[in-house]
Amino acid sequence: MKDLVILGAGTAGTMMSNHLAKRLPNDWRIRIVDQRKIHHYQPGYLFIPFGTYKEEDIIKPIQQFIPERAEYIQQSILKVDAEHNRVYLEDSRVLDYDVLIIATGTDIAPEEIDGMMGDHWHKSVFDFYTLDGAVKLHEKLENWKGGHLAVHITEMPIKCPVAPLEFTFLADAYFEQRGIRDKVKISFVTPMDGAFTKPVASAHLGHLLEEKGIEVVPNFNIMSLDGERKVITDYEGKEVSYDLLVTIPTNKGADYVERSGLGDELNFIPTHKGTLQSKAKENIFVIGDATNLPASKAGSVAHFEGEILLENIMRYINGKELLDEFDGHANCFVETGHGKALLIDFNYTHQPVSGTFPIPGVGPLNLLKESRMNHMGKMAFKWIYWNMLITGKHIPFVSSKMNEAGKNVEEANV
Amino acid sequence: MEATIAGQIIDLNNEGYLTDLNQWNKEVAAQIAQEEGIELTDGHWPVLEYLQEQYRNEVPLSIRKVGKSGVVDIKQFYALFPGGPLKKASRIAGIPKPASCI
Repeated sequence: MKDLVILGAGTAGTMMSNHLAKRLPNDWRIRIVDQRKIHHYQPGYLFIPFGTYKEEDIIKPIQQFIPERAEYIQQSILKVDAEHNRVYLEDSRVLDYDVLIIATGTDIAPEEIDGMMGDHWHKSVFDFYTLDGAVKLHEKLENWKGGHLAVHITEMPIKCPVAPLEFTFLADAYFEQRGIRDKVKISFVTPMDGAFTKPVASAHLGHLLEEKGIEVVPNFNIMSLDGERKVITDYEGKEVSYDLLVTIPTNKGADYVERSGLGDELNFIPTHKGTLQSKAKENIFVIGDATNLPASKAGSVAHFEGEILLENIMRYINGKELLDEFDGHANCFVETGHGKALLIDFNYTHQPVSGTFPIPGVGPLNLLKESRMNHMGKMAFKWIYWNMLITGKHIPFVSSKMNEAGKNVEEANV
Repeated sequence: MEATIAGQIIDLNNEGYLTDLNQWNKEVAAQIAQEEGIELTDGHWPVLEYLQEQYRNEVPLSIRKVGKSGVVDIKQFYALFPGGPLKKASRIAGIPKPASCI
């Protein structure tokens, strides 16, 4: 009997358990470890603060999505001993493996910034990257009478890099609907040099911020937060005051990664960008947000990685050369408010451009352009996520490698 | 697009960042630094070299990462490249601008 162990039963881990259950030879055992009982549809967090989704709309039991062939172990991970091919769990169990897949993702670490945690946490300073944060922010927004809302990115990389912008657009629409938009000032505070950082996206979409009356504070690298004064300060001494701060805290990989000596300074795992093999050890593979790849940390990326990782694990156990083919493909809907959304499709080397998706020249979705159809696509995606994506079914017309057809790629050649 | 920097033809993107690190040298760096209002000193070079090394290893960069590099701390990094240190230092080092996906 040979052993494959998957760490993490989120989007990537659950999907891989389903892929592998269909392909691994019968003499392989599959075990998947996660401390949680509940699977969260994380793209849904964005909609909770505005009351579009409630908590119960975006959660289901993890076990429901784990294939019969795999054993689900609900337990915290203490450490990976890469040298001896072993995983230590908190209940003192030890799992030996022949192949390990790390899919433990990323989480927020607000304690990384001086003063961010304190009595003000989830009172005047909120995150929406956790279910708890999103639910508390909803309660706050419902009763908020107005003031200065600052939406803030602590540092890159973060999960779903477009979510802060989506939150800002949805907040603008939400306050308008409530009839208090004139009582709210909205700022977008970012360590980058603008809300849009890619030239083509910036040219197509820069107008949105001005139209919606959103002030952008660029090049702001937060040093500390003063919860009493309601001020954030950057390393140059610049200050932004707020009445309500919605921050994306530092994102870090899981703590056991650090204890195992497998991560970088943010606990992300050095990974070969085309093969998804870890740099530390040949029999350790990494997928999704847990990697240090220069790809977006997003469910779509994990999905596209999944097809290549499955192939590479089959090759690895058969002693064949790995495919060096993952191209960094990501595909993300971007909510812009008032029932509209954008769609972006890009990879390691191609920035988002305009065009049609998924069928070149036809659509029905538009790239880099606001439309109601894109918004419907985003809302329909929840069904696809539960019924196709994490269960490892192929999504029609959408390939793991980015397709240049149907895209105005020449826009990027300036 | 092409530009003449320190007497050499250099390929740049429309934001003035080198598109080929192989075309970089110290004279090119010095002139780009001047455009950014920075006079390069002994303190700048190790930082630029560190950034280039990270880029070659395809490691995504952040201010924190530079701060933890042991080469400079975050305050020193700001002092060397005031007003957007990672953005300016990346341009001077001949590597792409730190960016998000959109």
